[in-house]
Amino acid sequence: MFEFDHPTVLFYNSLSRRLDATTWNEPIRVDYGERLIHLLSTICPERILNAKETQASTWVYVVGDISYFSILLFLLGILNECYSGSYKSSLLFSWLSSQKIRRETVLMADNEDDDSQQRVNEGDYVVLKRGDIYKAVQIQKKKKTVFEKQWFFLDNAVGELYGTTFEVVSGGTLQPRKPKHVEHAADAKEAGTDNRHILDDGKSQKLTRDDIETLKEQGLKGQEIVQQLIENSTTFRDKTEFAQEKYIKKKKKKYENSVMVLRPSCRILAMMYHGREPGKICHLRYDTLAQMLTLGNIHAGSKVLVFETCAGLVLGAVMERMGGYGSVVQMYPGGGPVRAGVESFGFPPHFNETLHEFPIQHVNALLAGTLDTDAKDIDAGRSPTSEGQEKKVRMEEKRKKLAAAAVLLQGRNADGLVIASRFHPCPVLLGLIKFLAPSRPFVVYSQYKEPLIECYTKLREQGGAVSLRLTDSWIRHYQVLPNRTHPVLLMSGGGGYLLSGTTVTTDTPKVNTEPTSVEEPAAKRVKLEEETE
Amino acid sequence: MSFVEYSEFIQEGDVAIIFLGHDSMMPIKVQQGAQTQTRYGVIRHSKDLIGQRFGTKVTCSKGGWVYVLHPTPELWTLNLPHRTQILYTTDIANITMMLELKPGSVVCESGTGSGSLSHAILRTIAPTGHLHTVEFHQQRAEKAAEEFREHRVGHLVTVRNQDVCKEGFGVTGVADAVFLDIPSPWEAIQHAKSAMKKQGGRVCSFSPCIEQVQKTCEALAGQGFEEISTVEVLLRVHEVRSITLPLPDFGPDKPLETPTDTRIPSNASVLCKTTTPPREMAGHTGYLTFATKPRIHCLFYLQFVYFGLIMWI
Ligand SMILES: C[S@@+](CC[C@H](N)C(=O)[O-])C[C@H]1O[C@@H](n2cnc3c(N)ncnc32)[C@H](O)[C@@H]1O
Repeated sequence: MFEFDHPTVLFYNSLSRRLDATTWNEPIRVDYGERLIHLLSTICPERILNAKETQASTWVYVVGDISYFSILLFLLGILNECYSGSYKSSLLFSWLSSQKIRRETVLMADNEDDDSQQRVNEGDYVVLKRGDIYKAVQIQKKKKTVFEKQWFFLDNAVGELYGTTFEVVSGGTLQPRKPKHVEHAADAKEAGTDNRHILDDGKSQKLTRDDIETLKEQGLKGQEIVQQLIENSTTFRDKTEFAQEKYIKKKKKKYENSVMVLRPSCRILAMMYHGREPGKICHLRYDTLAQMLTLGNIHAGSKVLVFETCAGLVLGAVMERMGGYGSVVQMYPGGGPVRAGVESFGFPPHFNETLHEFPIQHVNALLAGTLDTDAKDIDAGRSPTSEGQEKKVRMEEKRKKLAAAAVLLQGRNADGLVIASRFHPCPVLLGLIKFLAPSRPFVVYSQYKEPLIECYTKLREQGGAVSLRLTDSWIRHYQVLPNRTHPVLLMSGGGGYLLSGTTVTTDTPKVNTEPTSVEEPAAKRVKLEEETE
Repeated sequence: MSFVEYSEFIQEGDVAIIFLGHDSMMPIKVQQGAQTQTRYGVIRHSKDLIGQRFGTKVTCSKGGWVYVLHPTPELWTLNLPHRTQILYTTDIANITMMLELKPGSVVCESGTGSGSLSHAILRTIAPTGHLHTVEFHQQRAEKAAEEFREHRVGHLVTVRNQDVCKEGFGVTGVADAVFLDIPSPWEAIQHAKSAMKKQGGRVCSFSPCIEQVQKTCEALAGQGFEEISTVEVLLRVHEVRSITLPLPDFGPDKPLETPTDTRIPSNASVLCKTTTPPREMAGHTGYLTFATKPRIHCLFYLQFVYFGLIMWI
């Protein structure tokens, strides 16, 4: 952000010159001197294509539309007049100088849309980002957060806009940062042509580790430290432009204390889990998760069953795609559903109304029609202590939930099935596919291929599914730079395997009239439906 | 039937996918009295389809049977009439996730082409989102609009017949995400930016050639986009096979009577379940370049100051 604290930035030579470009998109040639370069590189570095100094003047090639730059120059003109004295005593000047034009002002100008939605609130689940490292946290006041071996407090993020970058300053406080790019500060530096003069003797950096620590203690911010490092590197000037860029990147990564606060999304959380804790999500890679959501045709308004042991990431991803419309039934193993990852998505409360749960140990009973979800008076005889009462209330709630989920499953008309677990996928799939309506997609993830081969074989024998495919996804990232474009040197070796297919009816049209033995008893179903009404 | 909502039974006017066998499908439009010829014989729509459940087996006139499936964007991608090159499900899946699409998203797309991606986008952003899709080829634009209506997603999409590089997307400040699949995406980046919400969003460009990627990345960086990242994604199919591997016979421990012994070697073998790769696979579709548009500060801020000053003067 451009602040008026440094008036020197605002002076430049000529006021009378006009912009000499007429169309949008055309590079605009401006010859207003180096102060303008400085100013532009502060405000909008991304617009500078090239800057050149000749003996006569400085040339800046910028991209952008005319209106943007004319506003800029108009403003500069007035400020220049002001600061150069002629308007010193004018109202305008006092107004300008009293206006510490900062973020607050911008925010005022910015809030035609509902920006309150875009601000970080206490209690929000957010994602911290530095480079390509992510961490999901909840905003809590006065709570120490550790990120990348650094601790700080997120208190100052409250009220700021999502997407804001903060500097961690002394005492672990966050300070919103002005967008200033260290690369551009270094743009004008001389560059060597090759690296034949560079000796890797470890002495090229004149600043020692202690120096750097001192700088940090002085409260120097990351960018400034990088600048210091550049200025104190004897080889920097001799390095080729490419190497300089790499050097800056490397140092930037090491010393910059910036953190970006982002709104969580499936993309970010999937990449975060894959990068930080792949074991927790059965090594499910983000692109594989992307395939699952698409192959499963997950969309608003459908009824989807999810069986996962991926910390809730898959469940959350499904819920995000359903947008709070329709229903999701989490089929869970063990004592209770695990869904820490779902919290990190920060869904609005009404999403929870679409989420149901059903313990898999009741699946057989449900299929056999023997599942009893009626109210039971187990505790009836016990003394009515408040503890007992509470327990009873909890039991009652659990029973209601079970009954509600049972009703959803009972019709055997679910629209989608997503499985991603450390369990053997074969019994899981064969057990849960029975709840799907015909002509609906299912998708099963496993970290290993062989269990899915078994799944495939069994399903082929059993029938009831077509378009069976066993696949895995391959992803390669690229470095794209002028004349240096190539695949990134390291890539992920594998992202797990998927078995996908579509259900069909198992009965043939000829035997349509014969009673099928696997049908659940009708009486029980009626009873369950009545109960939840 | 709709591409954004399942229904249980087949009705007049629906699109259905006839599944004939492994990797063999055809799309049909269900019409009272109509007939469809398949290699297993004729399907009579009134009798065999209308009123039946999606996913049922239908016996054709020659006695062979097929399954009739509910359309999904994925099945559509495999069956749609090609009017252009299209995007396939593997790329589409990554585009959808990396653009952070979900119900309610407003998306701009160009070109519409054959609508393969459009259908997948519509499925994901329904019921509250909107797609603005731009196609400069008039017939393609019209055909796509017609298909969207037939597939009952017309209310979620606006098709514009214009050149995206010259005229943009026809909307400003509304999109959460922009997708480009045109020969010169770098010429549309500026328009992508202005179509997007001021609080920012995600953009993706699909290009088969690396030179296009290079120019697109430069344009993205030039327009202040962040997190610019290019990936390539491929799907590997593993075909499940039962194979029989013969075991070698090294003969008995005791020496053979004569070197010319005519003992019949054992022909023991083992059966394994394994997978084989297809003989050929898609080795390249295109590069996907993603980027984030950060929230705008400067421009609005300057305009604010500008108007403030005008009032003072
Ligand atoms: C490869 S196709 C897009 C396919 C589409 N993504 C799909 O999945 O079906 C590219 C389309 O972009 C259109 N196109 C190319 N340049 C364009 C431009 N400048 N403005 C609008 N449409 C354009 C072409 O007419 C063509 O139909």
